[in-house]
Amino acid sequence: MAPAERKIPAPKINPETAGFWSAASEGRLVIGRCRACNEAHFYPRSICPFCFSDNTILETAVGKGTIYSFSIMRRVPVPYVMAYVTLEEGPTMMSNIGDCDPEAVRIGQAVQLIFKPSDGGPPVPMFRCG
Amino acid sequence: MSIKGKAYIAGIYEHPTRKADEQSLSQLHAEVARGALTDAGLTKNDVDGYFCAGDAPGLGPLSMADYMGLKLRHVDSTDTGGSSYIVHVAHAAEAIALGKCRVALITLAGRPRAEGGGPGLNLKSELFPEGQFELPFGPAIVNIYAMCAMRHMHEFGTTAEQLAWVKVAASHHAQHNAHAMLREVVTVADVVNSPLIADPIRRLDCCVVSDGGGAIVMTTPEIARGLKRPKVRVVGGGESVKHQMGGRIDLTFSGARWSGPRAFSEAGVTPADIKYASIYDSFTITVLMALEDLGFCDKGKGGAFVADGNLISGIGKLPFNTDGGGLCNNHPGNRGGMTKVIEAVRQLRGEAHPKVQVRNCDLALAHGTGGSLGTRHGSATIILEREG
Repeated sequence: MAPAERKIPAPKINPETAGFWSAASEGRLVIGRCRACNEAHFYPRSICPFCFSDNTILETAVGKGTIYSFSIMRRVPVPYVMAYVTLEEGPTMMSNIGDCDPEAVRIGQAVQLIFKPSDGGPPVPMFRCG
Repeated sequence: MSIKGKAYIAGIYEHPTRKADEQSLSQLHAEVARGALTDAGLTKNDVDGYFCAGDAPGLGPLSMADYMGLKLRHVDSTDTGGSSYIVHVAHAAEAIALGKCRVALITLAGRPRAEGGGPGLNLKSELFPEGQFELPFGPAIVNIYAMCAMRHMHEFGTTAEQLAWVKVAASHHAQHNAHAMLREVVTVADVVNSPLIADPIRRLDCCVVSDGGGAIVMTTPEIARGLKRPKVRVVGGGESVKHQMGGRIDLTFSGARWSGPRAFSEAGVTPADIKYASIYDSFTITVLMALEDLGFCDKGKGGAFVADGNLISGIGKLPFNTDGGGLCNNHPGNRGGMTKVIEAVRQLRGEAHPKVQVRNCDLALAHGTGGSLGTRHGSATIILEREG
């Protein structure tokens, strides 16, 4: 029997973040990029958290990264793997590792972008091993 | 300008309840306020500065000043999670040093058990900016702290057994505290054999959930001199906020790396001078990382530092949380900073339990990590000194 899936709460979208979630609906993960200092940031925002320029854009990430840290949440009806994933573009983001054996997850492992449906909202970016 | 020696902690009170079914939240705040004022030998009418955080009901200082009938000329409702009350001590010292108030009252209360809630940040607003980028993934406090522990183990070889020693030390102290929720002495084996909650954190790596609260009364050197209680003064304070740094996440250190040196520098002392340390212990990893970042040992050596009873009063080099801390005693409102200050003051007064009282305890540190260690947290460090 396949394990039940955890119900993923829908993100609460606001005008500033609509672009991020419409990209997610198209299967793209976007990060923030500042045109003034050229630094990438996550989560994306209108004002660059490094140089405070308002000249920021959304940039599509290639969807590859490595696991910076993780934890298997066990004392819940459907265990899941919480993780910080460092993207190829630089920033590290919170996510889940799905579609793989939680016991096999390791720090430093290569992961690839997947999307999982949320409960009444856009799909959310997660990662699978390999 | 420095706060060194400009303000005194004149009164402390820790609420004895651990489950407040019969009290309201405002009542708990007022009860601890009464207790601390009685301890100081001052009255409600002496209070002209009031400090509270997000645990206070309604509009915080407005609602509580109304409830308690306070006449104020200085208020501060800084909220940095469980570290707030340590920030408040430093802020109250600043206000007293500047003459903005003469008697400052700080209160904390909470009743998560009576309300049937578990641990967690009480983030009611859907508007906080990071929410939509985190909540879909199920952050639950414990698994965020767990990622810090996991990374610490990966980078520095820290072991589950070393983390367990933090809990073992707390339990050694809690056995002497009649109010402590968990008074049974536990072993390293007990901790590492307790159920995994979120790898690598096990049940006994976690603090308790409790109701209760505490209060602190602070005042000027002149007023303190006229009071009967032992004199404890603030000699240094530091605060910081650590966050995700725009995605440059580094879980190997905490905000103590910044708040600690500020406090030590203001006090003009070093970690080696500290006789007793209260360290906010939401989880065992919280203590281990704070000890490294405060400079009690080198980065990455926290595991070796806490092992073999080094934090146990009478046995180790750095007695910590001699009331049993959050791991064993209490964690009122899921906010542990207040009780950290209170036990440090007890130690400096020589009023800790005789079995855990540190001999000639003339210099103590209280440190708090509020919010969530692996996402955003407020870090606060104060150094307190016994006079005479």
